[in-house]
Amino acid sequence: MNAAATASTLTSTAELHQMGVAGLGAALGARQTSATEVAQHLLARAQAHSGLGAYLALNEEATLAQAAAADARLAAGERGALLGVPLAHKDVLVTRDFPTTAGSKMLQGYRSPFDATVVARLATQGAVTLGKLNCDEFAMGSGNDQSAFGPAHNPWDLARVPGGSSGGSAVAVAARLSPAATGTDTGGSIRQPASFCGITGIKPSYGRCSRYGLVAYASSLDQAGPMARSALDCALLLTAMAGPDLERDSTSLEHPPEDYSRWLGQPWPGASAAQPLQGLRIGLPREFFGHGCDPDVLAAVHAALAECERLGATLLDIDLPRTELAIPAYYIIAPAEASSNLSRYDGVRYGHRAAEYTDLLEMYKRSRSEAFGPEVQRRILLGTYVLSHGYYDAYYLKAQQIRRLIAQDFQSAFGHCDLIAGPVAPSVAWAIGAKTQDPLSAYLADTYTLPASLAGLPGLSLPAGFGAGHMPVGLQLIGNYLSEARLLQVAHQLQLVSDWHTRTPPPFTHCPKSHP
Amino acid sequence: MSLSLQEIDRLARLARLRLTPEQALDAQQRLNGFFSLVEQMQAVDTTGVEPLAHPAAVLQQVALRLRPDVASETNQREANQASAPAVQDGLYLVPRVLE
Amino acid sequence: MSAPLIQGYEVVIGFETHAQLATRSKIFSRAPVAFGAAPNTQACAVDLALPGTLPVMNREAVACAIRFGLAVGAQIAERSVFARKNYFYPDLPKGYQISQYEIPVVQGGSVGFDLAGQPRTVRLVRAHLEEDAGKSLHEDFHGMSGIDLNRAGTPLLEIVTEPDLRSSAEAVAYAKALHQIVTWIGICDGNMQEGSFRCDANVSVRLPGQPLGTRREIKNLNSFKFMQQAMDYEIRWQIEQLQDGHAIQQATVLFDPDSGQTRAMRSKEDAADYRYFPDPDLPPLCIAPQWIAQIRAELPELPRPMAARFVAQYGLPEYDAATLTQNPAMAAYFERTAAVSGQPKLASNWIMGELARRLNEAQQGVDAAALGPLQLAALLVRIADGTLSHNAAKQVFEALWSVPAAAQTPLPDALPDALPGALAQVDALIAAKGLQGMSDTGALQAIAEQVLAANAKNVAEYRAGKDKAFNALVGQVMKASQGKADPARVNALLKQLLGA
Repeated sequence: MNAAATASTLTSTAELHQMGVAGLGAALGARQTSATEVAQHLLARAQAHSGLGAYLALNEEATLAQAAAADARLAAGERGALLGVPLAHKDVLVTRDFPTTAGSKMLQGYRSPFDATVVARLATQGAVTLGKLNCDEFAMGSGNDQSAFGPAHNPWDLARVPGGSSGGSAVAVAARLSPAATGTDTGGSIRQPASFCGITGIKPSYGRCSRYGLVAYASSLDQAGPMARSALDCALLLTAMAGPDLERDSTSLEHPPEDYSRWLGQPWPGASAAQPLQGLRIGLPREFFGHGCDPDVLAAVHAALAECERLGATLLDIDLPRTELAIPAYYIIAPAEASSNLSRYDGVRYGHRAAEYTDLLEMYKRSRSEAFGPEVQRRILLGTYVLSHGYYDAYYLKAQQIRRLIAQDFQSAFGHCDLIAGPVAPSVAWAIGAKTQDPLSAYLADTYTLPASLAGLPGLSLPAGFGAGHMPVGLQLIGNYLSEARLLQVAHQLQLVSDWHTRTPPPFTHCPKSHP
Repeated sequence: MSLSLQEIDRLARLARLRLTPEQALDAQQRLNGFFSLVEQMQAVDTTGVEPLAHPAAVLQQVALRLRPDVASETNQREANQASAPAVQDGLYLVPRVLE
Repeated sequence: MSAPLIQGYEVVIGFETHAQLATRSKIFSRAPVAFGAAPNTQACAVDLALPGTLPVMNREAVACAIRFGLAVGAQIAERSVFARKNYFYPDLPKGYQISQYEIPVVQGGSVGFDLAGQPRTVRLVRAHLEEDAGKSLHEDFHGMSGIDLNRAGTPLLEIVTEPDLRSSAEAVAYAKALHQIVTWIGICDGNMQEGSFRCDANVSVRLPGQPLGTRREIKNLNSFKFMQQAMDYEIRWQIEQLQDGHAIQQATVLFDPDSGQTRAMRSKEDAADYRYFPDPDLPPLCIAPQWIAQIRAELPELPRPMAARFVAQYGLPEYDAATLTQNPAMAAYFERTAAVSGQPKLASNWIMGELARRLNEAQQGVDAAALGPLQLAALLVRIADGTLSHNAAKQVFEALWSVPAAAQTPLPDALPDALPGALAQVDALIAAKGLQGMSDTGALQAIAEQVLAANAKNVAEYRAGKDKAFNALVGQVMKASQGKADPARVNALLKQLLGA
């Protein structure tokens, strides 16, 4: 299938922000607009909507320089799906042209001397960086309410969280500040904000995208992935982002680069165009559809699944018996790895150093305590505890054993189905401030995303309708290892027969009157 | 499972964090609250289950890749030290390390 | 063999050695590893633990570990795991050291050496790979320390013994034997002043038959001389403490060469809880049997077996064999010389004597010798066939040594063509200096008869029993031959002529 959609004629620049990656790529290729024009338009929107808290850093000079370079390539006749297409990066991916804070005072003002591999790969394809996006501090959080630089706001209801930790990324795409954004997902941090903001996002199989340049939170769980307006857009981005990084990341998978859009628009193997999902068996874990999930969320999810059936898919019940154990397992493994990964932030070589201290010990303590937020400190303490002498077997080792059991549960399930589907989160987005007093309930809300994270499986979230308060609800699709292209294929089929993914929050549909 | 304030203190010291008494109490409460979740995990029989340290290991034996012994990194001291809090003569300065 | 007790106490020592591996790049990054570079010019992003950096393993470091394991007869683990050792220190950029904990790459093995003429064996527990830390410089930066991370990430092999050592002398002998092994197989340059080979000694004492005493660890022993001093002091100190009724507290101590004493360090962190866990950034290290077999095939003959072979094959005394096998270059030089000349004992004498003296003066290794094995061999042939006396040979040696290498005719290296060329060179020198000795027995006999005739008094005194008179006659013959005659032959000839 020709992944780059044919360009429709642009009637005015005012519509530029309504175009997704595929559309913009085609328009740029057809010379209907320029990378510079698009970038300027979106930079202006970023300024106009700064109250959303999406962006942490902008650098007009750098952005326009990248755009000019892309325009030169286009003028020379070069074409590419992402050439000149703007996007923004979650602030846990290091960039040379923009500061990287990871949402923390610890790295305020930090400039990396190198680009993250996924950033560099997108840049090689000619993507233009608009800026760095807000996130929960060191990717620890699920509401973008743990950022040291203020919360991000859900464009569908500014009083609600956009989700996290890739909150800024979801906001930017949902509010049409950028056609695409990179996010990272450790326990659900791409899927859940995608669900809360009504956009599409995919966490690939562990090891698909290089972690070099990704500020580490939990090394055995972190994965970068695209967030955009559609499965098609995500496929185009993932194709550029993913692939082996054998030189720099020892956990990078050796599987050769893939075109993740190769099955978009095609029927499932053996199916017809009329019933494109015929033969697809979708497993529904009983544990995901129980009383822990809000009825409005379940309703939207069931409606989307009904759509799958209408397209020919078969739904069947499956079991993922250890689902609930994913929470303690994750909240032992991730903080343990994080407590170690964050030890490098000691004020010696970079990052925040306290202004006053009398000796080395005090320098360490002050620098770290002044610059790490409360949730980060909590997780460091928890991680330190579970790795402590005498507790390692009972906690960390045990959690890794549970992790294998969870992975085995999925393998058993995939013996009966091709994909697993269910809600992303048990509720729609909550009000900003509602969960900060009780992080435990935020942990419990990760129930549906944690299992795939622990197993290292690819997981996708696509908009499936609206729930309480007219807030978006996402449908989660989980595939077996290396099946991203299939997940995107199924999501794309749904997006061909529905329009949830095209909905824009009304305040962000058009440009403000004062905007040129 | 229940952590004492003394334990919290020990953890804070290991992690080079300085907690105010309120923060210590808060940490104690939250961590202890979390342990109720952990109990159900302890109850599961995992005899003979190999820990899953690397997710890709579910698919196949993962082995460490080895790179050739080539020193290709050049001197980037200036760029690398651009964000350094205290540098003199190329050295990172820290409070005197006593032995 | 039991070691001597000290004031009734048995000494128990275990050694940990950190050998820096002689690779070009660091263990987990591609920064160069070379001593003495300007601060932080060899510390790349990975070494500095910049946000987002990750480790990638150096194949050669693993090869070095395998080589070592094979050299000490250890097991090479098919699968070993890297673990993080977590603690805070300014010279440790990540706040953890990547090391190996539960499953090291090398397991078991042993090191043999001689102590006061007796063979000893020390068992190794393990050897594992890990990264070195940076350095703190304490010269005054207004009360601050300066941190140089050039060394951070240098590959180390940590080699741990069982507590089999029973005296400080034995420990030093072990350390020297280990030093020889790691330099011999080329995995470490052994430069102790530069910190390539650092030892920690775990020392405890106990009354015989009692369980192991509490040990104290003496860290960073970087010279063999200080090693022995430090351990001796520590042993005496511990015994004194116990005799005074004090228990030994576990501690890490440093040796102060100026005072000759060990003293406990300020603890870096409380009762170190390193929170070891497998490094999630590094999958397990898997070593295939084929790789081990390949390295085993390339492993050179080791010094102790080689020395034993020298004794058996060349009939050399043990002392000679040990001296000649101090490093591979020296041993190769000897074997080549012996093979070409057919004179192993002569070769040994000249290499340990004249050659070694000059090399030591110039502080050079045998590869820098101005005289190659072929030339020495030729010299030895001419000594053996009587052409050269010992003194004359020394003069020829000096002549060969002082001719710059460039001016020498290059000699083909392979037998059998090699020797004639070298002999021609030596013969030319002999002729030029008129050094050919009295191999002409007729000429020598003529001189001897003349001397006897001219020294009737000495002859009579000798016949009367005065040995000194004989030496005077020998001296006269030597003088008359202008030193070219071989003293032993003159001796024999005079005795023969005098009918003794």
